[in-house]
Amino acid sequence: MPEVTLVEAINLALGRAMADDPDVVVLGEDVGVNGGVFRATVGLQERFGPERVLDTPLAELLISGLCVGMAAQGLKPVGEIQFMGFIYPCLDQLVNHASRMRNRTQGRLTCPMVLRTPHGAGIRAPEHHSESTEAMLAHIPGLRVVMPSSPERAYGLLLAAIRDPDPVVFLEPTRLYRAAKGEVDDNGEALPLDLAFILREGRDVTLISWGAMLKETMAAADALADEGIAAEVIDLATLKPYDENTVLGSVAKTGRCVIVHEAAHTGGFGAEIAALIAERGLSSLLAPVTRVTGYDTVVPMARLEQRYMPSVGRIVTAARKACQYN
Amino acid sequence: MGSKRANEELPVIAHFEVRRRNYLAPDGSIDRPLPAFATDARLLVELYRSMVLLRLFDRKAVALQRTGRLGTYAVSLGQEAVSVGIASAMREDDVLLPSYRDNGALLWRGVKPEEILLFWGGDERGNHFSGPRHDFPFCVPVGSQAPHAAGVAYALKLRKEPRVAVCLFGDGATSKGDVYEAMNFAGVHKLPLVFVATNNQWAISVPLRLQTGAETLAQKAIAAGFSGEQVDGSDVAAMCAAAEEAIAAARDGKGPHFIEAVTYRLGDHTTSDDASRYRSADAVQAHWKEEPVARLRSYLVGRKMWTKADEEQLAAECHQRIEAAVECYLKTPPRRAETIFDNLYAELPEAYAEQRRELAGEDDA
Repeated sequence: MPEVTLVEAINLALGRAMADDPDVVVLGEDVGVNGGVFRATVGLQERFGPERVLDTPLAELLISGLCVGMAAQGLKPVGEIQFMGFIYPCLDQLVNHASRMRNRTQGRLTCPMVLRTPHGAGIRAPEHHSESTEAMLAHIPGLRVVMPSSPERAYGLLLAAIRDPDPVVFLEPTRLYRAAKGEVDDNGEALPLDLAFILREGRDVTLISWGAMLKETMAAADALADEGIAAEVIDLATLKPYDENTVLGSVAKTGRCVIVHEAAHTGGFGAEIAALIAERGLSSLLAPVTRVTGYDTVVPMARLEQRYMPSVGRIVTAARKACQYN
Repeated sequence: MGSKRANEELPVIAHFEVRRRNYLAPDGSIDRPLPAFATDARLLVELYRSMVLLRLFDRKAVALQRTGRLGTYAVSLGQEAVSVGIASAMREDDVLLPSYRDNGALLWRGVKPEEILLFWGGDERGNHFSGPRHDFPFCVPVGSQAPHAAGVAYALKLRKEPRVAVCLFGDGATSKGDVYEAMNFAGVHKLPLVFVATNNQWAISVPLRLQTGAETLAQKAIAAGFSGEQVDGSDVAAMCAAAEEAIAAARDGKGPHFIEAVTYRLGDHTTSDDASRYRSADAVQAHWKEEPVARLRSYLVGRKMWTKADEEQLAAECHQRIEAAVECYLKTPPRRAETIFDNLYAELPEAYAEQRRELAGEDDA
């Protein structure tokens, strides 16, 4: 199997989905001739034509609204927003329309659309290019929110998202686009949505993360192993709806849990998981659940962004503390 | 202005114009010869009947609201000709994207009055209606259906289907980026899409002069690269003709068109509004002279196409139909509470199954 980067895996999945299903269309700013600012759509316009791979005017609200209209007509649009910092004009469309079209028409019209966007800091990008506000989206009933962290999962989950009959926001880890490499078999096989992936088994502490932070989380698990602590690492992968059973099952085994996310602390998705464990996993806990997250600040620009993102050291410290708690 | 004079020698590089269409004068006399379709008395009578039905339906809906049997409701009083006229020019397989005040278009297209009542009575099943299955439901957030219309029209064009999307919204919506972004895209791709702005002069309490500095709303189409026209929105013949031309052209691949239907909202914004707070009764009274139902009736009566007996029979028919709809609506039991989960996703994710069971259990206990 060929080794590809995460962004190449996205490209493979898009190409596969378009080849399999003539209803799949790709739209966004610069997705055509230019192949997308991160090259996620490179070559697609040549293969499938400008009608199915269209460069939209520079209007994010429009991109999301077009997706809703196309989807209600039976197409399977995959919209691209260049950076998560520019997704906010789409919120009205996601909250008021995409997520509730099926419900408000009682199934008469549906919204099988995907809105892709890269999230997260760490590539020395300009202001507004480093957002990770997934919790905001995961709060919306009727949506799915998916955040892959490896080429293999990016490929399989994007195929699943495109084939899913409901709207999916697909958040891709910007700093792993090229840093993450892995073997991907372009066989058209989707991975299941709504399920978490156990990336590493361990009995001492559960580390839960998603998206770009899996890289640091896995590195932390390596470092902990050197200290004799066996960390179990869960890639939540789908945040909405999320796989409660895998979370609770792991915590039942380890009794300790550290949640890692890049997004700001307060109201982050880690709070949801901590609440779940408090409600339904309390009796198995041997230590308080802790969160290692971005700070409750605006994401700093390039010079300080590394200080904002949870480091391997912070994760290791939190996990060690959980293991030493008594 | 000095700067204008100084620039007079520079070449003019673009010319634009906006035309205004009307046939029937407010008193029902003829301002301008009617288009060919209007020689068919049956169509004019059908339009008249639909406008009367809408007006009487609105009256009943308000009565239901005032007696606690319906939620907030938006009447079409004074602007019946817009939604009815536009819908009359559509084919069944065209796609309607209505705003919340476009009941007339829904009724014309086969949505049952009891379904409209069900929606405004607070039940989503009202949107699961008997009209064309591909039509959109009422859009409540102002103007946000315009990008959907562009997406629908793009899909129709992509599949080379000879169908047209028709998007209705009010004057207030033309101030929103949503509408302009959709128009801009429709212009780029010459989409089979007709935009209809019902300019009823009021966005709740905000008059048109605070909504835009433009002379017309129709001219906004010019900036998007296609044509716009102003139509007397209280003249149903003009609405019908404008819509027929625009829809036929769109179907023919000639691209989008924008219709500004100039009319007047004679009623409150909704049953929750009290328009006397921001406009005088005298100002409203003046516009009663222009309203579309009496106008068409005068024309039809003057041409011996309509009689007092017809009017009485129509009133009785409407009454019967509306009463039957009300009875059906009031007899429709609420759906079970846990069904709020049933159309959230195609299949309810396991994560929410327990919440559904909990809600169901409250009723079963």
